[in-house]
Amino acid sequence: MTDPTTATSDKPVGTPEAAQAAVTRARSLGADAWYDLRRRPLFLVAATLIGALLVLAAFPQLFTSVDPTVGDLSRARQDPSAEAWFGYDHLGRDVYARTIYGTRVSIIVGVLATTLVVLAGAVMGLIAGFVGGWVDSLLARIADVFFGVPFILGAIVVLSTFRQSVGNSVIGISGLVIGTIGLLSWPITMRIMRSAAIAARSQDYVKAARALGAGPWRIITRHMLPNTIAPVMVYATIALGAFIGAEATLSFLGVGLRDPVVSWGVMISEAQSYLRTAPHLLLFPGAFLVVTVLAFVLLGDAVRDAFDPKGR
Amino acid sequence: MGRYVSRRLLQLVPVFLGTTFLIYFMVWALPGDPLAGKCGDQACPPAFIERMREEFGLDQPILVQYFSYLGGLLQGDFGTNFRGQEVGTLIANAYPVTIKLALVALIIQAAIGLTAGVLTGLRPGGFLDNLVLTATLFLVAVPVFVTGYVLQTVLGLRLGLIPPTVPANPGILDLIVPGYVLGSLSLAYVARLTRTSIAENARADYVRTATAKGLTRQRVVGVHLTRNSAIPVITFLGADFGQLMAGAIITEGIFNINGIGGLIFQSIQRLDGVVVTGVVVLLVMIYLLANLLVDITYALLDPRIRLD
Amino acid sequence: MSETTAAAPHGAPQDNGAAPPLLEVSDLHVEFHTRDGVATVLNGVDYHVRAGETLAVLGESGSGKSVTANTVMGILPMPPAKITGGAIRYRGEELLTATEERRRELRGENVAMIFQDALSALNPVFTVGFQIGEQLRTRRGMSKRDARNRAVELLDMVGIPGAKQRVTNFPHEFSGGMRQRVMIAMSLALDPDVLIADEPTTALDVTVQAQIMDLLADIQREREMGLILITHDLGVVAEVADRIAVMYAGRIVEQADVHQLYAKPCHPYTEALLASIPRLDSKGTELQAITGLPPTLTRIPSGCPFHPRCPRAADRCTEIDPPLTALPGGRASACLFAEEMAAR
Repeated sequence: MTDPTTATSDKPVGTPEAAQAAVTRARSLGADAWYDLRRRPLFLVAATLIGALLVLAAFPQLFTSVDPTVGDLSRARQDPSAEAWFGYDHLGRDVYARTIYGTRVSIIVGVLATTLVVLAGAVMGLIAGFVGGWVDSLLARIADVFFGVPFILGAIVVLSTFRQSVGNSVIGISGLVIGTIGLLSWPITMRIMRSAAIAARSQDYVKAARALGAGPWRIITRHMLPNTIAPVMVYATIALGAFIGAEATLSFLGVGLRDPVVSWGVMISEAQSYLRTAPHLLLFPGAFLVVTVLAFVLLGDAVRDAFDPKGR
Repeated sequence: MGRYVSRRLLQLVPVFLGTTFLIYFMVWALPGDPLAGKCGDQACPPAFIERMREEFGLDQPILVQYFSYLGGLLQGDFGTNFRGQEVGTLIANAYPVTIKLALVALIIQAAIGLTAGVLTGLRPGGFLDNLVLTATLFLVAVPVFVTGYVLQTVLGLRLGLIPPTVPANPGILDLIVPGYVLGSLSLAYVARLTRTSIAENARADYVRTATAKGLTRQRVVGVHLTRNSAIPVITFLGADFGQLMAGAIITEGIFNINGIGGLIFQSIQRLDGVVVTGVVVLLVMIYLLANLLVDITYALLDPRIRLD
Repeated sequence: MSETTAAAPHGAPQDNGAAPPLLEVSDLHVEFHTRDGVATVLNGVDYHVRAGETLAVLGESGSGKSVTANTVMGILPMPPAKITGGAIRYRGEELLTATEERRRELRGENVAMIFQDALSALNPVFTVGFQIGEQLRTRRGMSKRDARNRAVELLDMVGIPGAKQRVTNFPHEFSGGMRQRVMIAMSLALDPDVLIADEPTTALDVTVQAQIMDLLADIQREREMGLILITHDLGVVAEVADRIAVMYAGRIVEQADVHQLYAKPCHPYTEALLASIPRLDSKGTELQAITGLPPTLTRIPSGCPFHPRCPRAADRCTEIDPPLTALPGGRASACLFAEEMAAR
């Protein structure tokens, strides 16, 4: 229209055509979902948050030079100041440094627990759905048994049982929490996978592939997995957030992670006794926890909507 | 219908056995000697230990112990702990308040969740819809104990609207805030599930037919749409009751309610396996029965189920 | 039009010329707003139906047949749909400007509709007796018992054996053909005088299709209803329709008496449609498929929308969009060559 636009006059011409091409082109489910996702502001916010958290988790020393485990009782429970942005905890340790370092453990626990749940559930679900018959019945009943144990109760019992046997190492304590979450949560992915595998098995193209002599491995990898990936991925994203919350809940109850491990749940658990006098002890790890879980839930939500347009 | 119910009941048996055995096994595998500290500061005399072990069947293999426990359970006997307390009595004291709390939570989440879900499901994409969607995301993201502490601090300590802890024999009104805390997560799920269900069914052909029949909007929504959309929501609510009872541990801790949460914690600390097993087994039973009830309701609501 | 009135002796059912139309759609425009752009689904639809007359609306899928019917019923999902112009009159009463309450009163009572897939169109969780009797109870104030009895009568009338027992069955307990009969019984509950049947036999087996069409034709004759039969099946149309309206890209391209249309199509699209079905009297001649695809409704070609597929297309067809124009014999066509074709 006016002079400034003439310099880029080729752009406005190209854009509508490109948009038209994008609209009319037959898109695969994944490409379609990705196209959809990039246009959702909530997805971008969630992805940015998660990106930032991952950086925090990977390189905590970039953000703080204070050792999160060193305490000085003389400054115990001091309010936030210029020197310690988030204040000091009951042992005089820097809350900011602990929150930053806590990111790593919280995220690692979430990621590993999710991986465990997805892998175990997927393998069991695929076997049950693909083999069928008594194997399916047996696996489905076993899943029912674990599904029948209320999560928190089951976790309390398991964690108390093995508490002593893992000792005091960071890896042992974290591993126990991850294993417990996995043990009690795998039935959900198993059910998703199983029903998807059963649905896939009765599809005509899978029957055709079988009739043509395709082996079980080929049918599973080429025909069943692609159709089951989407619902499992959506569940995994939301579960990741939920597991980070679960770690905090268990630590809060005093059966999850514990000193010397630094995690948000541990910090919140320690803050319990000082709620009235030093609320900042709860506030900072609590806020990080809420934002992280929210980011993963948002992400999962956006991914689900993108993969399932009719859900909106 | 009768056949359907009995078949579902039959399916419950292996799950019940499996779950209770799992719990029993884990609880008895708890490390530490349950008899430690029984005799004051001194170690118990070997004869006493021997007698106790025999009395409680600790010298038997775990399977034998489990089945004798199960036998007692079927006669309504939850056994006796090492302190000589009847586990049945302990449970009878702790359960009512937890059931009350779970019911309050269930009612709150159903009332708010259903209303929000129906309103947004009928007008997806509107302002209210986006508001509710965002609100549910927050409810899902904030862990129950954070919600609990925040409400306790703000409503109880700062504003003084509620007592920060719940009295010993709480009435329904005392349990509203704890009930909300307990049900907040599920509230979000109920709202979202109802919304999706309503929005999906609103596009269904039979709703179009009902409109084409000249039925009023209220009737189309109130009779044709709700009946179909209620099915997944009822399933969720029923299954959630068991989860609420189990999840009450946290809420009970925060608001100092003497329910099963406290009982379990104490018992785990005292290595009182009989009590832990009893409480958990009862919870599992409630959970399984609630699911059975849901399945029956499901079959009543959806005539297509009866065929398979 | 007046010559047909003069020719008919004593106001027999075929004599429709003088009667005012029961239902009239004129110049109806509807758009759908979707992610991929605005689709102009209806671009000026004109048709009408009189009492005792069957109008068949014929066209490929996506031509706007069902959208027109849903707009008439007032059950179009809005959004994404948006009515951008035109009028729908029932016995002279304008519907598009009527209140929602008035439109609701007319639905079922005066204009009723039968849907294509009876399994999804019937509510799965209520018995067929409940669904048929519902209108009688809520709109006629009938007692539960009377409504049930009336439902049995209606089911009996549409030829469901053992209606008394089957009234308590659920939709999934019926076969496809029987379900469609239930649908028909339901639509007749309030004695409407216009019945819109949207592809009522598409989902059924061929033998069942014929039975359902016979039933509809019988009911239409007995009750002197105006029947709008939406279909893409020319074979179905020939047997039951009095008049045919052919739709293409959201508008009527030809309208004629059924015999006239079959004898001498006056639009190249109708001609192509007729050439594409097998006929007993033309054994040995080759079937002609219509080349090309129906236009995408987000970008309808300029000029006559059919020109890219039309064997007669001339240069001016790309520029002029011919309106539906009356031809001798009470018929109409929207083609620049219409008179030429009529004169053959």
